Amino acid sequence: MANSLFEEKLNSGEFLVTTEVGPPKGADIDEMVHHVDLLKDRVDAINVTDGQSSVMRFPSLGGCLLVKERGGEPIFQMTCRDRNRIALQADLLMAYSRGITNVLCLTGDSVDVGDTKEAKPVFDLDSVQLLKMIKTMESGMDIAGNELKGTPKFCIGASVHPEADFIEPQLIKFDKKVAAGAQFLQTQGIFNLASLRRFMQYASQFDVRILAGIIVLSSAGMARYMNKNVPGIMVPQSMIDELAGVEKGKGLQKGIEIAAEFIRTIKEENLCHGVHIMAVGNENIVPEILEAAQLVKVRRRTGKRSV
Amino acid sequence: MKTITAQKPLEEILQCLGKSQGVYIIGCGTCTTLCHTGGKAEVMEMKEKLEAAGKKVTGWMVIPTACDELTKYALQENAEDIAAADCILAMPCAIGVQTISFHLQEDKPVYPALNTLFLGLEESPGHFIETCLQCGNCVLGRTAAICPLVRCAKSLLNGPCGGSVDGKCEISPDIPCAWQLIYDRLAEMGRLDEMEEVEPIKDWSSSVSGGPRIVDVDAESGIISGKTESEAESAQN
Repeated sequence: MANSLFEEKLNSGEFLVTTEVGPPKGADIDEMVHHVDLLKDRVDAINVTDGQSSVMRFPSLGGCLLVKERGGEPIFQMTCRDRNRIALQADLLMAYSRGITNVLCLTGDSVDVGDTKEAKPVFDLDSVQLLKMIKTMESGMDIAGNELKGTPKFCIGASVHPEADFIEPQLIKFDKKVAAGAQFLQTQGIFNLASLRRFMQYASQFDVRILAGIIVLSSAGMARYMNKNVPGIMVPQSMIDELAGVEKGKGLQKGIEIAAEFIRTIKEENLCHGVHIMAVGNENIVPEILEAAQLVKVRRRTGKRSV
Repeated sequence: MKTITAQKPLEEILQCLGKSQGVYIIGCGTCTTLCHTGGKAEVMEMKEKLEAAGKKVTGWMVIPTACDELTKYALQENAEDIAAADCILAMPCAIGVQTISFHLQEDKPVYPALNTLFLGLEESPGHFIETCLQCGNCVLGRTAAICPLVRCAKSLLNGPCGGSVDGKCEISPDIPCAWQLIYDRLAEMGRLDEMEEVEPIKDWSSSVSGGPRIVDVDAESGIISGKTESEAESAQN
């Protein structure tokens, strides 16, 4: 029995589409509600980011509750940056009790890249250990070896960086994530299909689903900014030139075209098991990308659940 | 090993000294001399600055190794000048500051003039890098003798994060990625398979969590015992 609707879909073999919403900096959640309502029936699951780029925001778990309330399928992004093992386990219990059972296990960005550089970074666990901790909880025990009253069950994923300039250490970490129980891996933003093809030749030997990360660029400036400031992002110069070459105000349109073309190719070549669209601040354009990528479909909204 | 220190801004030191008029300055002949933060030259410089700010420096000394037991006798020898001061401005590392305060017979405040930064390895002349967190549970045997707890911005124990680019850390292109260093070293030794081992969740109870760590060292047998009697007993058995 699947632990979530998303897990059921992971196992179905269909080409999956996930996306993400970034919670607000502040208590006004209207825009996030709007994005969730817009996207919940158009994608298979919605990630809620966890203080992305180490910027203090409305919490991921709160965003996931909202996705759930609005009838969507949430993926709880959980980083190790801000919580020790006690708080991580507590939040996982809370998530499970509210039907939030997809968890993306991330290390989290360094505090130094965010807007609260004076904070004490936690990193009590790393992403591999977070995956292992969840497996321990699923066996009915907490990490200290105490019995849990009520055992949670999750569908767990992690991230991988196929475009890393030096891939070998990243692949070792990928192996560890799979060994620790990751069922799906979302890649860092892909800007070069050759690197995805190379990575998939390696990854296909493992029983794990891979969702290619697609970042929607809105201008050459944004691309340059991300290259400089977002850890692990490498937009190639040719793509920056392509974005710089369009009329003023048409950058986002170009970005949508590029993203849609990537998604179409990935699906046509059956390169991996699905895509994860990151529209970073432009969540409302995701439907347009799906349309351009010919991925509009009616998505099942109910499924067999074990909880 | 050296304790790496940096001088606090003069404004902060003066704020700390507050209304104290008479100040006795103590430097250290070991780590802070090597760092040029609290040796004789810096003590003399501090004396001038304090006097310029209207303070009276009743005396000064540079203890060879301020964290040493001998600090007690250095304080006794200079008791007269110390007695004439309202406070002590200490220019050793935090261990020296606390050693001075511990052995000081008089009821006087001891103020640090430095910030104690880390235990440093001198990679090239004058270039120090943090080496040890003193976590109490050494992992170096599994990480090619490079500590990821201090060398990685996220203290990762199972390999690099996605922010490692060109072998550098996501927080700065000047900081090498700890896991790139570990990977390269293991590769050189033909021991890369060791990196595949999943490092279990770390036991931090041996670290700063839960109060100060205390050990007893027997001068003759060298037996080190922990802070509880039962631990001491089991160590001897």
